[in-house]
Amino acid sequence: MALKIVKGSIDRMFDKNLQDLVRGIRNHKEDEAKYISTCIDEIKQELKQDNIAVKANAVCKLTYLQMLGYDVSWAAFNIVEVMSSSKFTYKRIGYLAASQCFHESTDVIMLTTNQIRKDLSSPNQYDTGVALTGLSCFVTPDLARDLANDIMTLMSHTKPYIRKKAVLIMYKVFLKYPESLRPAFPRLKEKLEDPDPGVQSAAVNVICELARRNPKNYLSLAPLFFKLMTSSTNNWVLIKIIKLFGALTPLEPRLGKKLIEPLTNLIHSTSAMSLLYECVNTVIAVLISLSSGMPNHSASIQVSFSRHAHTFSLKYLGLLAMSKILKTHPKSVQSHKDLILQCLDDKDESIRLRALDLLYGMVSKKNLMEIVKKLMLHVDKAEGTTYRDELLTKIIDICSQSNYQYITNFEWYISILVELTRLEGTRHGHLIASQMLDVAIRVKAIRAFAVAQMATLLDNAHLLTGNTQRNGICEVLYAAAWICGEFSEHLEEPMVTLEAMLRPKVATLPGHIQAVYVQNAAKLFATVLRGHEGVPADSMVAQETSQLLIDRLPLFVQSSNLEVQERASCILQLVKYIQKLQQKDVEVAEEVTALFAGELNPVAPKAQKKVPVPEGLDLDVWINEPPSGSESEDEGRKSKGKAVFAKEESRHTKPRYTEVDEKELAKRREVRKAEQANNPFYIKASPSSQKVYQDGVGVEHIPVVQIDLSVPLKVPGMPMSDQYVKLEEERRERNKADKKKKKDKKKREKGEKGRRRRGDSGPESEEDITPAHMVDIVTEEMPENALPSDDDDKDPNDPHKSICWAPCVNTAGYGVDQPPLYLSPHPSLSLAPHLQVCDIQGNLQDGSQVVVSVIFENKCDSFIKSMEFNVLDSLNSKLQRPDGAGPHDGLIVPFQLPPGISNEARFIFSVQNIVMPQKLKGTLTFIVKTDDSSTHEKLDFKLHFTCTSYLITTPCYSDAYSKLLESGDLKGCSLKLEGVNQPFHHLLARICFHHHFSVVERIDSCASMYSRSIQGHHMCLLVKTADQTVSIDAKCDEPGLLGNVLDEIKLTFSQC
Amino acid sequence: MWTLERNEDTEQQIIRETFHLVSKRDENVCNFLEGGMLIGGSENRLIYRHYATLYFVFCVDSSESELGILDLIQVFVETLDKCFENVCELDLIFHVDKVHNILAEMVMGGMVLETNMNEIIIQVDAQNKMEKSEAGIAGAPARAVSAVKNMNLPEMPRNINIGDISIKVPNLPSFK
Repeated sequence: MALKIVKGSIDRMFDKNLQDLVRGIRNHKEDEAKYISTCIDEIKQELKQDNIAVKANAVCKLTYLQMLGYDVSWAAFNIVEVMSSSKFTYKRIGYLAASQCFHESTDVIMLTTNQIRKDLSSPNQYDTGVALTGLSCFVTPDLARDLANDIMTLMSHTKPYIRKKAVLIMYKVFLKYPESLRPAFPRLKEKLEDPDPGVQSAAVNVICELARRNPKNYLSLAPLFFKLMTSSTNNWVLIKIIKLFGALTPLEPRLGKKLIEPLTNLIHSTSAMSLLYECVNTVIAVLISLSSGMPNHSASIQVSFSRHAHTFSLKYLGLLAMSKILKTHPKSVQSHKDLILQCLDDKDESIRLRALDLLYGMVSKKNLMEIVKKLMLHVDKAEGTTYRDELLTKIIDICSQSNYQYITNFEWYISILVELTRLEGTRHGHLIASQMLDVAIRVKAIRAFAVAQMATLLDNAHLLTGNTQRNGICEVLYAAAWICGEFSEHLEEPMVTLEAMLRPKVATLPGHIQAVYVQNAAKLFATVLRGHEGVPADSMVAQETSQLLIDRLPLFVQSSNLEVQERASCILQLVKYIQKLQQKDVEVAEEVTALFAGELNPVAPKAQKKVPVPEGLDLDVWINEPPSGSESEDEGRKSKGKAVFAKEESRHTKPRYTEVDEKELAKRREVRKAEQANNPFYIKASPSSQKVYQDGVGVEHIPVVQIDLSVPLKVPGMPMSDQYVKLEEERRERNKADKKKKKDKKKREKGEKGRRRRGDSGPESEEDITPAHMVDIVTEEMPENALPSDDDDKDPNDPHKSICWAPCVNTAGYGVDQPPLYLSPHPSLSLAPHLQVCDIQGNLQDGSQVVVSVIFENKCDSFIKSMEFNVLDSLNSKLQRPDGAGPHDGLIVPFQLPPGISNEARFIFSVQNIVMPQKLKGTLTFIVKTDDSSTHEKLDFKLHFTCTSYLITTPCYSDAYSKLLESGDLKGCSLKLEGVNQPFHHLLARICFHHHFSVVERIDSCASMYSRSIQGHHMCLLVKTADQTVSIDAKCDEPGLLGNVLDEIKLTFSQC
Repeated sequence: MWTLERNEDTEQQIIRETFHLVSKRDENVCNFLEGGMLIGGSENRLIYRHYATLYFVFCVDSSESELGILDLIQVFVETLDKCFENVCELDLIFHVDKVHNILAEMVMGGMVLETNMNEIIIQVDAQNKMEKSEAGIAGAPARAVSAVKNMNLPEMPRNINIGDISIKVPNLPSFK
């Protein structure tokens, strides 16, 4: 017997053990895979033997191979065999292998249940220990269920070694078999007070993990943890507890107050940096949750911490902690701007990225330029595209956040964007491009500058595309070409740009960019023609331009990209035709320009959704009953027609599906709306959707953008954003200086027309920095009757919130007056609310009343109160004052205005005669309250009542309409408009929108319209259009009123 | 030690990515890395320490204290040092199983079990003693052969960069 054992082990010593395997692999670097496959064959042989020692050795080697990435699941059963060996040595090998190789899907796991149970109850504590360790890695729901009781018993084992492992593994059991939590919890709680620190630590670990998922349920344990925190000396346990408290304090503010003291004690007494850090972190959380006036406290701790932690990793953690403070106390972090900027210089990318995150939250109007300048420096220095791309996106994020809130000078921003295009190998070209487009479209004042920059960019396009396929950045050219084309009227030398856009090199650009090039070349062409036609000397230039296009376009016609090809050939034919006309000396500029007329306005993302469904229109009712067919037919059709009918299908083919819940309906409605919006063939017939087009006009006249003349508009060559930083500083200096010369009104007018704010002389506050341009957010198109109070406005984080607000500003003066009553403060008054009349409308109930809505906006940084609105009554129109008030008393505006706030008030006027338009003079008096003084100010304005404002949109049926015309009570009048080059339905929409008419009937290019005045006058229009000429025949029972309304219509069209 | 279910390919990919991330970092930078995509996004971080040619990398989730884990790595390395008597790279390469056994006394199923070094060493020693007693006489020849095998390589290379210490990417946050 003894001999057999010795013989067995002699055999065995020539088998490869783990060390031999490792050595072998290292010696076969070249043919590692081959060597390993022979080893695996050997192992397979070894596993076939009966000797458990040989098997164990084989399994040990397999574990190593598994680690190297080889699949060893085929040996799962052998692993179980080794696990069940009675010897600890082999058992341990087996369990190790199992913990590495078994997954929940390993089927042999179910064979192990009894073996594990046996090991758990083994008298040898290490057998139990090894089983617990292994189980912790491969526990399955079944194992957890079957063994939960055994493990629970082990939690009260006499040996602490077993107890701590049993306690810890309970967490895994809870995860896999949640039902076990309730019965096991009391015992787990008991273990928090176990005499052995290891067991205690394990219990804390488990409870902290549980609490992390659902802190609320563990609040009751707080006193116990509190006791542990003050008694334990184990740093690991302390850290865990302190982290847990950090999660609990937001739920129970009283806890926070109690914690401050022991935490501060720990901070002062501990030498372990890890513990110190966690203490500070929790103190911050506590202070935040208390949100009492202690931010300075936290900041001071934080600063001392991050200073004295200048070495290695603490910087990172300091930044991490700061980002937490930033959320609640941005001010206290902002004061460490320099420290954070320094971190950008750090060698370590992790730290730089953290610092970047912080910067995002720290920018303000005041420091934006400085921070971005610093970032630009880093962009130049940065190595590695990933970090540089990160920087680039951060710069753009920082600048564009909350609707460009912090940008005071858009020329500067454009130059930053242009500078960014010089980055090599960035993949964020499209991001830069979309920013350029966004800014150029929305900030009108910047267009001239942007166009100049873009033209330079196009001219230097070879720099961007030089290293072929420096993919990404050429996206910028897309934006550049579009901007140059769309706003070509701002171009200095359209010819040069046109030439640049038609260079042969362009053909190497990606297709979608070429397409934009071609299209915009045509726009430029139109501009060139317009510029040169009429002057005899220049007609040559115009013809040369046509020739240029004819010469160059064929290149694009040959493009392999369909879009490019199509556009190019289309435009080529057009130009050839134009050339023929030119040779006959026909003036074509007007018509060519007309091709590209009309302005594209940005549309608010939710505009479509906000159009209310007109009453009586049920979008879910079928206009035509769908043909009913047999069930099987439906099935066949469903599969076939899926693409066409999309989701609608099941609903109309099967009546039993008609009860769809509201949500689903809403969803479908959205889908359909989106489809309709995208479908060019969908006729948008309802007046509400037609009106969408109308805003363009109203928008034109809202003088939102004011040009800051203190900045020179042209910067030759490539822009240097640094110049702007300097200019900006100068500008601010000047503003400051201006402030002191309060009485010198002339200078002020020159500098910043009426937009100046005059704070108290003192340190420059955030609000003092006036933007050089304003973002034209209001021009995002919104349907006029959009509902301002949509439920999604409730989301305070909605980035569109400010835009959703737009309708009430945007529709300023609709239907009333061109230009809308926009009452800018008198130039001499810098402290003034901003008045805007948004609507004057007749009162439906009372034929002699008109309601005027006025928006008051406080644009200065002081509080405005006691506003009094007064109008000098005319014989015809009177402001309705409360009973008992004298005829000259003002009306008190029922609200006060904090800085930057606007509100709307309505005033009722009684009108006797509505035949004539009229103007009323008025004054607004108010008190401006600053910190130490208050002044009485006055603002003069004029109210313009047009005749249109006495009209009320009233629908009329065609039969009633024809009866009305036949009655002969109406007197006629007509009007001819020349050179109206907009589509007929736009024209109709415009009349409906601005002049309160409704369309009765429309046949081709002829339409009849109707409206009614508040005093019951009927007004009928017959609108016809032909060749840019619109003739309007009108009839009304009050010729005076009709004449005035027609004049107003004429005015509307002369302004577009 | 893998405590999450993953197949071998993903494991290797994670190890490669981790090694790639960690090895190119400078000496005097912080010891934390925001996780790559594979290790579970921003919730998880890599925390590592660098000893001569060895990197000890732990991947942890946000419930762990970063500095606490750094301390834990220190304890682990000191324990290895005690158990192997002046641990070197090759000890870890040739005795992966032992390293695993030591780690198992510290971290169990992705959760920290014990942070007290003395306690860990007591348990490891006790288990080794048991192993020896079990081997007894039968184990002697094998040990002798093993010694002879090692002698065949007198100039056993002591300082090879093995590239990736794949044994130690214990995945602490195994709770998903």
